Amino acid sequence: MESSFSSPRNDSFPAGLRVLVVDDDPTWLKILEKMLKKCSYEVTTCGLARDALNLLREKKDGYDIVVSDVNMPDMDGFKLLEHVGLEMDLPVIMMSVDGETSRVMKGVQHGACDYLLKPIRMKELRNIWQHVFRKKIHEIRDIESHESIEGIQLIRNGSDQYDEGYFFSAEDLTSSRKRKDVDNKYDDKDFSDCSSAKKARVVWSVDLHQKFVKAVHQIGFDKVGPKKILDLMNVPWLTRENVASHLQKYRLYLSRLQKENDIKSSFGGTKHSDYSSKDLQGILSVQNSINIQQNDVAHGSYRFSGNNLVAQNADPKSNEGDIKGIVSEPVAEPKKGTTGNIPDSQKTRSSQMDFNSSYAETQKGLVGNVPDSQKIRSSQMRVNHSFASVESEVNLTAFDSTIPATYSWNKIQLEKEHKPLIQLNNGFSKPQLPGPQHHFQADQLQSIPSISSRPSIPGGDVTGSSKSKPSYSEYTNHHGSHVSPTISPTISATDSFPGQTKSCVVDHQLSETISTSTSNMKNQGINLSTDLESAQRNLILGSTSPFASLDDEFQICWYQGDCYGMNLELQNVEFSEYTDPTHVTEVPAHLYDALRFEYPCDPSEYSVLDQGLFIA
Amino acid sequence: MDRNQLQRQVALKRSSLFEQQFLDSQQFVQLEDLEDDANPNFVEEIVTLFYKDSSRLFQKIEQTMQSRPIDFGKLDDYMHQFKGSSSSIGAIKVKNECSQFKEFCLAGNAEGCFWAYQRVKQEHHTLRIQLESYFQLRKQAGLVRRF
Repeated sequence: MESSFSSPRNDSFPAGLRVLVVDDDPTWLKILEKMLKKCSYEVTTCGLARDALNLLREKKDGYDIVVSDVNMPDMDGFKLLEHVGLEMDLPVIMMSVDGETSRVMKGVQHGACDYLLKPIRMKELRNIWQHVFRKKIHEIRDIESHESIEGIQLIRNGSDQYDEGYFFSAEDLTSSRKRKDVDNKYDDKDFSDCSSAKKARVVWSVDLHQKFVKAVHQIGFDKVGPKKILDLMNVPWLTRENVASHLQKYRLYLSRLQKENDIKSSFGGTKHSDYSSKDLQGILSVQNSINIQQNDVAHGSYRFSGNNLVAQNADPKSNEGDIKGIVSEPVAEPKKGTTGNIPDSQKTRSSQMDFNSSYAETQKGLVGNVPDSQKIRSSQMRVNHSFASVESEVNLTAFDSTIPATYSWNKIQLEKEHKPLIQLNNGFSKPQLPGPQHHFQADQLQSIPSISSRPSIPGGDVTGSSKSKPSYSEYTNHHGSHVSPTISPTISATDSFPGQTKSCVVDHQLSETISTSTSNMKNQGINLSTDLESAQRNLILGSTSPFASLDDEFQICWYQGDCYGMNLELQNVEFSEYTDPTHVTEVPAHLYDALRFEYPCDPSEYSVLDQGLFIA
Repeated sequence: MDRNQLQRQVALKRSSLFEQQFLDSQQFVQLEDLEDDANPNFVEEIVTLFYKDSSRLFQKIEQTMQSRPIDFGKLDDYMHQFKGSSSSIGAIKVKNECSQFKEFCLAGNAEGCFWAYQRVKQEHHTLRIQLESYFQLRKQAGLVRRF
């Protein structure tokens, strides 16, 4: 069967439709497979959500539609739904024995094309092709409307309308389309280009998503619109329509994160100190669900999400499992492996070293790599760069153990505060982390000379890590200490990374915070002894590693984190939990998340974290 | 008995399974419709698979029921899975008992759960016997296609 939708297969359409069925019940899986085969569809079965995602990622454009059960053991069906929607943009049909309206509604909210009740009838399956077809049609229409709408926009000068239209839904789009009377301002050439581009499903790779997030942040979340984003992204083959639909999903994701955060806040921060990895896991898992699959691909690297971090201390192995599932979305993880990586110092080490090289590495490494202080060193350096001041405030405050849990990333998201926090390098003296920073004394940061706030240090800077190291290691050791939450994102990179792979996300902030935190930590007498280097490394990794080469990405991740209100309030970050520096380096972005989780400082904070970093 | 008689017996048996609400005819017939050259004994394969999987779920349920304190949420979850599984072959009575069990779970009624679980297992077992005899008859009547 051809892979392209509009290929010769069209003649016999819908025969040969490539369906991926996901269900943990072997009996149903077999029945569905048989039923679908009877419909002349090409069937692939899967018993786990994770496996399904892997399959989908491996073969981008290898499937036309996904049919999944709602109750899956390793991952919530709704989460899978989101992931697929964001990353692959495939129609997803949910199935369940439970036909309660609320559940069905939830399915639709998460983007399901349809919701089938078990026992499923053959005729219901026979018709699933309509969802695939409909999507194609809409895509084409969107392109058209985008063009026309744009024209209208120009005329009306109301770009927001356009955005709104896109944001709200296909229906809205339709109305906006109608608005257009247009005109064929956009000539055929453009249109046909779009159309043809449309035919091929856009795969939102990590890079692409990062660009997207970056653009979103640059524009300002409130004012963002597909056209603006597209212009900023500067990707010639990408159409407005692609961006619009992606934006829609992103927004959904963010709003869900927000809601999760709200929920979290209501949990009451009791977990501050003893936040066992178990708890974290729990949080992480929650997070996961929250995490919208924004674009796993894009965020792939960020996936390190706290899962890893969290688990690190307590039980890396088990955590891994959890984390994997949990990995939040914010950063669509193109790389599958990251999330679960728990502590594999070996891995971390290598990953750390290569921050610049790729997210993938980072991701893997980050998650569990902390133990190697050496690594931290290098990572640190890199981290600095990546910590674009996006969260500047967070970073700074990170040092303050009391960092108020309010570092809602949400706000930050748009604020790119590349504060000098990052400039850990010298005298990082307490970049004023507003938050409850733990006593991180800036002076310690000096050792982190390389931590330049510039996120863009793709790696070059990392070299200077030696200095930062000490601070980082301190940082890492300081798991128990309450590293100011703000630091968390940064810290996570260095210090608490053991559990936090989010390092990257924090970007600059991380670097800054890390530096600061590390230094602070030292001062505090935090026993960063565990592995300063690794901590540093972690931090660096966290922040830089993925960023090293992906500076942008980090920033992007971060933005996402921001959006998600990464509450860097790691304040109560219990670094003790992050004793494993390896964790730190692993996932920069996730580090933050992880940090957050680990530091129970504030449930609400966690929610923030969740959003950003968990990439499932 | 001659072939015709056997075949009639099979038909009767099948009807009774439906009438007695052991099985949901719609779902069962669907399964039967899926039988073809590639899977001539598809229904039997599915039933076998179902019973094999049920024991796994039963184990989980029993374990959870033995733990203290009892995690009703988990119990409900497992039973929900089992319920979904039993819907695959259209097992009505079994499904009804599952619903009963879930009610007790929601109410946090341990005694009720134990009782309902016994009923689930009973129905599950009864159905198995019925199906086994049905498939046996089918084979005897030569209704089962041979390779």
